[in-house]
Formats: sequence, C-alpha cells, structure tokens
Amino acid sequence: MSAGNEAAGFGTARGVDTTVLGENEIILNMGPQHPSTHGVLRIKLRLDGERVVDSECIIGYLHRGVEKIAEHRSYPQFAPYVDRMDYVAAVSNGLGYCEAVEKLLGAEAPPRARVVRTILAELQRIASHLLWLGTHALDIGALTPIFYSMREREEILKIFEKYCGARLTTHAFRIGGLQYETYDTFEYDVKRFCEALAARIDEYETLLTENRIWVGRTKGVGVLSADDAIALGVTGPVLRASGVQWDLRKAQPYAAYEQYQFEVPTRENGDAYDRYLVRIAEMRQSRLIVLQAVEQIPEGPIMARIGKVLKPPPGEVYHSIEGPKGELGYYIVSDGTIQPYRVRVRPPSFFNLQAFHRMARGAMVADVVAIIGSIDIVLGEVDR
Amino acid sequence: MRTLLIPVLCAVVIVALLPLIAGYIVLVERKVMAHMQARLGPMRVGPHGLLQPIADALKLMLKEDVIPTNADRLIFWFAPVASVAAALVAYSAMPIGPAFQIADLNVGLLFIVAVSSLGIYGVVLGGWASNSHYSLLGAMRSAAQLVSYEVAAGLALVSVLLLAGSLSMKEIVQAQLDQGVWFVFYVPFGFFIYLVASIAETNRAPFDLPEADSEIVAGYMTEYSGFRWALYFLAEYANVIVVAGVATTLFFGGWLRPLTRYHDHFPGTHVELLDVVPAFAMIALALYCFRLAPRQPLRVQKRVMAAAGVKCVLFAGILFAALFGSDAVREGVHGAFWFLAKVGAYIYCFMWFRFTFPRYRFDQLMRLSWQFLIPLGLVNVIGVAVAIVLRERWDWNPFFSLVPTTIVTLGFAAWLTADKLELSGTDEDIAAESAAVLPGSGE
Repeated sequence: MSAGNEAAGFGTARGVDTTVLGENEIILNMGPQHPSTHGVLRIKLRLDGERVVDSECIIGYLHRGVEKIAEHRSYPQFAPYVDRMDYVAAVSNGLGYCEAVEKLLGAEAPPRARVVRTILAELQRIASHLLWLGTHALDIGALTPIFYSMREREEILKIFEKYCGARLTTHAFRIGGLQYETYDTFEYDVKRFCEALAARIDEYETLLTENRIWVGRTKGVGVLSADDAIALGVTGPVLRASGVQWDLRKAQPYAAYEQYQFEVPTRENGDAYDRYLVRIAEMRQSRLIVLQAVEQIPEGPIMARIGKVLKPPPGEVYHSIEGPKGELGYYIVSDGTIQPYRVRVRPPSFFNLQAFHRMARGAMVADVVAIIGSIDIVLGEVDR
Repeated sequence: MRTLLIPVLCAVVIVALLPLIAGYIVLVERKVMAHMQARLGPMRVGPHGLLQPIADALKLMLKEDVIPTNADRLIFWFAPVASVAAALVAYSAMPIGPAFQIADLNVGLLFIVAVSSLGIYGVVLGGWASNSHYSLLGAMRSAAQLVSYEVAAGLALVSVLLLAGSLSMKEIVQAQLDQGVWFVFYVPFGFFIYLVASIAETNRAPFDLPEADSEIVAGYMTEYSGFRWALYFLAEYANVIVVAGVATTLFFGGWLRPLTRYHDHFPGTHVELLDVVPAFAMIALALYCFRLAPRQPLRVQKRVMAAAGVKCVLFAGILFAALFGSDAVREGVHGAFWFLAKVGAYIYCFMWFRFTFPRYRFDQLMRLSWQFLIPLGLVNVIGVAVAIVLRERWDWNPFFSLVPTTIVTLGFAAWLTADKLELSGTDEDIAAESAAVLPGSGE
C-alpha cells in the first residue's frame, strides 16, 4: 500500500475493493461505453449514495500497440501513426515526433518550416481546446457551446485541409521540415480566422464564465494541489491551473517559439473552474502567437538536407513539446538501422489521468464527469 | 346521458391528440434548439422536418421490446403506464378555454397537483424495476427532487389561491377577469417560484438530473426502449403541458385575452376590435407558409408546406367565423386560442432555458429548493396574506397593497442570494459530507 493514499484514507493503488461493501454502498461501472468518458475509459466507482468513496480508472480498451508498431516501420513510415494517438491534436503529435527524430539525426528544420510548424501547432492547440470546451460544457449539461466551438474548429480544420488535404489525422510535417509548401491564401485565411476568434471566445465566456450554475458546478470541484500535481507528473493546463508556471514552450523552446512573445496563463486553485479559465486564456495566447508568426513567415526552403534514407546513428533521444494537453514526449532508441529500436511515447493524458483518483475523492457522481472533462483526456493517447 | 357525453368526448380528444401534440412539441423544440445552435435541425422528413414526429413514433413502435433479464417484469411493465396515466388524468380538470373542460372540479387545482405528482411512482418504480445502477440513481434523484420542488411549487400556488379565493380552475380565471388583472402582475415572485419549480418537477434542464445523459446515461429510462420509452417520453411532455397550463391559468389569466377591460366594438356590430387579432395572425402565418411553399426542393414538400398554409387559413376562418357565432362559441374558440398561445409561450421559455444553462448538481438542486425557493415562497405567501388584509380591512388599492409584498420578497431574495445561498456549499460543508462517507479520513 502506498503511504500517501493510505494517509488520505482513500483506497489504495491496488484498485477498488469490491468485496466488502458498506450498507449504502454500490459499485458503479462507468464506461467503457458511457456518454461522457470521452472514449473508452472505464471507471470503477464505489459510491455511497451519490458520493464517491473510491475510484479506479481502467484503461486499455483502445490499445493498438502503437509503440510496438514503430519497431517495424522505418522512421518516416511511423510518422502517420503518431497522428492516431491524440487524434484531436494530430499536428502536435507529428511535431513532437518529427523534432525528436531530427534531434536524433542531428538535423534541424529550416526557419520557414519552423515558423509554419509553429502556426499549425498553435492552431491545433486552439482546435483541441475548442473541442474540449464544447464537450466539457456538454458533460456539465450546457448543450449549446459545443456547436459554437465546433463552428470555429471547423475553420481551423478547413485551413488544415487546404494545407495538406486532411482534416483530422493530418500528417502535416516531414522529418526535416514540411510535407507541403503553404498554399496561396494561407496567411490570409489564418489571419482572418484569428481576427474572428477573439470575439468568439468572448461569446463562450458570456455563456459560461460568470454563469452561476457553471461556477457552482466547477469551482472547488476536482481540486489538485500543486504538490500533488508535480508528484503525479501532471502537465499542461491542469498543472498550470494548480499554480505551477511550467510551459515547455517557454522552458525549453522548440520550433520557433523563442521568437514570439506570449504569456503562460496560470491560476491558483487547481479546480475544474481554473482549468477552464486557463484553457480559455491559452486560446487567446495561442491566437496572439499565430498572429505574430503569420506576420512574417521567412522565405526559404521547407526541408533540411537529410538524405532520402533516414539512418540515425546509434543512440537515444528524448524530446518533448508542449502539446495542447501537456508534455508530449518521445523517447527514441536507435540501433543505427532504418527502423527505431524502441519508441516510447509520453502522452500527457495518460499521466494527467493518474490524478483523477485524487481529484475524485469525496466528489459526487456529477462531479466525476466534470473532472474527467476538466482533465481533457483522449483515450487514443492514453491507451496507444 | 348528455352531461356525460361531452366530457367523454373531450377526454377522447385529449387522449387521441396528446401524443401528436407532444410529438410536434418535440419537433418545435428541436427546431428552436437548432436555431439557437447555428444549425438547421430536422430537415429531411417532410418540409422542414414536419413529418419527423410521425417517423419517430413509427420507429419507436416498431422497435424490439427489450426487458432486461433480471428486471421485475410486472413493475417494469407497469411503471411507464403509471407515468402516462398520471399525466393524462391531470388534464381532466384543465380548462382549455371556457367551453373545453372535462370536469370543473371545485378542488381542480389541488386535483391536478395531486394527480400529476403521482407520476413520480412511474419514475421510481421504473428505476427500481430495471435492476440497473444508473436507473436506480436516476430514480433516487427524481424522488428527492420532486418532493422538494412540490413544496416550493405549492407555496407559489398558495399565493394565487389567496388572491382568487378558490381552487376551481375556472373560478381562478374568473377572479382574474373580475379583478381586471393577470395575477402575475400581483405576485411576480409567486410566478418566478412556480416557473423554477415547474421546470424541476418536469425533469427538464437545468434540473434534468434524473435523466442526466452525461452522468447517469438516461437515469430511470436507461433500460427502457421502444414503446415503453415512448410512454415515458409522452408522460414527460404531457407533464410539461400540464404545468404550462397551470401557470397559464393561475398567472396569465387562462383563456382571457390581453387587455380584457378594453371592449370597443366595430361600429354597428358586436365584434370587438381586439378579437380579430388572432384571425389576422393566422392569416399572416398562412401567407408565410405560402411564400415558403414554392421554394421547397421536392414536390411533396411543396404540397405539405402549402397544406400547412391552408390549415392556417382554415384556423383563421374558424377564429373569424366564431366572432359571429353565439357568445359561447366565440368565447370557446377564442379562449382556446389564447390559452394554447400562452401555454406555447411558457413551453418556449422551458426550451430556451434548456439550451442556455448547464445542469445543477444534486446537492445544489436541493439547496436551491430548501434554502432559497421555499423560504422565498413562505415570505411571499405571508406578504400576500398581509396585503389581502390591508385590502379588505382598510380598502387599500389591491395593486398598491401588493407592491410592498413584492419589494419585501425581492429584498429577501437579494439577502438570501448574497449571504446565505452558497449553491456549491461551503468548504466545511463539503469536508463534513466527504468525511462522513470516506473511511478513516484524517486529512
């Protein structure tokens, strides 16, 4: 038994004890088929009436062995697979993978490619947060925001589609640079979207931010202290909502982030409401980054000279980026052949989901869905 | 024999028409929702989805009848029937216009409230009989919610009863006619409390916890499908119409048209100026339908749209012709029109709230009722009673005697929301409640 959990009097790491139930207790299996577990997460809840006494997340229903597949693909062949992990933020996955392999090769993408990568990755962050906002609001019972946020997300997906022909699993980048040159009206489209977005975010905030019911449903729900967050390896908006100013875009800049000015929004309370505010603020910051970047996209080649066959020297590399959901890391071991010896992915959702147990203590059933929503998990990434 | 025939006919009409009406309310709801959410809603079945309810009903009736293995079969069968029966019986005392009422009970309001709250049996039994945890949670929530909000709604109704001095639905409307004002202007807080409580009683968002789809799948209806599910659905919408009808009767003058004191006639006739407004409104609607008809993509859609227009013309004709009939005919037809128009407006509010607000949590819902609505309702009732004493003893103007009541209630509401009402509970509350259930919590 882990000491921390025992002291909290809240179950153990071994899972929910289903053998001895109290008088008023029931075991409720939430998922894997459930409207608001965001895919195929299964949560075993031990309930006293509506209160959660103990909880256990059971994952793996979407396991596809992505990491194992990598060992049988060449480096470029594996790139489309990473899009299918966090399928609502495929561009960010691709960025992390391409940069990790580039690091292994000792190559660097040319400036133009880096700026375009930044633009697309930030648009993807906005798209991911928009999807999160809609579904989170839907979980809490607000039926309307999702249609507004999907409307804006559609604009982003249209830009992706024009750029690379795909909307969801984009495979937008290549190791060493970009898959495609930008299309003619790329700058115009991006700028027009960003100009419209500010007012749209205000619109979501009018619906939710000061809504008495929304505040009541999210404030004080799923509280995660900064210490707990760090101890559990939580990253991304969930960590920043707990008051830890940690953003890989600032801490270890990649792509073209060091060129742009932006803030890292943080909050103190670490509850679902703060996570909501942090993500809303992040969308505004991402918009500013995109606007700065699209102003001056440098001219030049879009691919580095890396040769046709990629054969990284033997060795290992860990590279991580700030994905929309947190630190997205790739640990790649090369044995000098055209296929990686091992690829290990550090998906943000997987680590953030570990904090669920702690957040759900003493919560009610309705809070459980609010907490899952506020963590913003994608099961494709958790299970891989 | 004749005295029995008309009520029976009325009952048959209501039972026959209600599923259709409920189906079309659902269609309207989907359309309203779609327009609020920047999309079109049902468009495929018939022009603008006008045949969608019929297609849905057919689908539900043709579906396989699934009863879970370990369900209590008898109660599983009985529960939705109980729900629908309770909802339908409540219509028997509802005056849809002065002429159309199955029975004018002298305790009509009490009867409606009592019978419609019997519907909870259907919910609780259905949730229990399903033998599913989600259903059970939904049923538990529903039972607690209905009991709490029944109290608040009752207090809101009492304030009107004090003003009207009768429980008969007809006499309550008559009282509003005699006093020359809709009671909503006398007791706005009574109406506000009833509005909130009636949403909660009919399990609609933001109080739709018993069937909160994102939390407990579909609550007590989780295991129901096909026709049985349709019965629950029918009961829910029938209840919505009942509470809308009660609110209309009690607060919005029932079948009375606006400006009841304005009686100018067309010169040379006994037709009142304002009574032609409904007919012209229907004509305008018909013109709109005719304008849309040629723009429909398919011939069948053009025809159905045109038919809708013709139907509106027909309604307009009936409304117009009724003006020249006897008083009973005129009041019956126009009364029904105004009653249904007000009920429609009230239901529209329900839809509007549903698509705007997130859902309350269970404990917040209870706090809202017991710590806000019920105290507010008590203050309001006492205030109204004092106002009536002022009016009867010292001949105060009835309207001004109620103004202080409203102001006091408003102040009380402000005080409650400012200091007392912590919807999410204080931190100590939550800690205490959590501590009660968590084993050995010492943190």
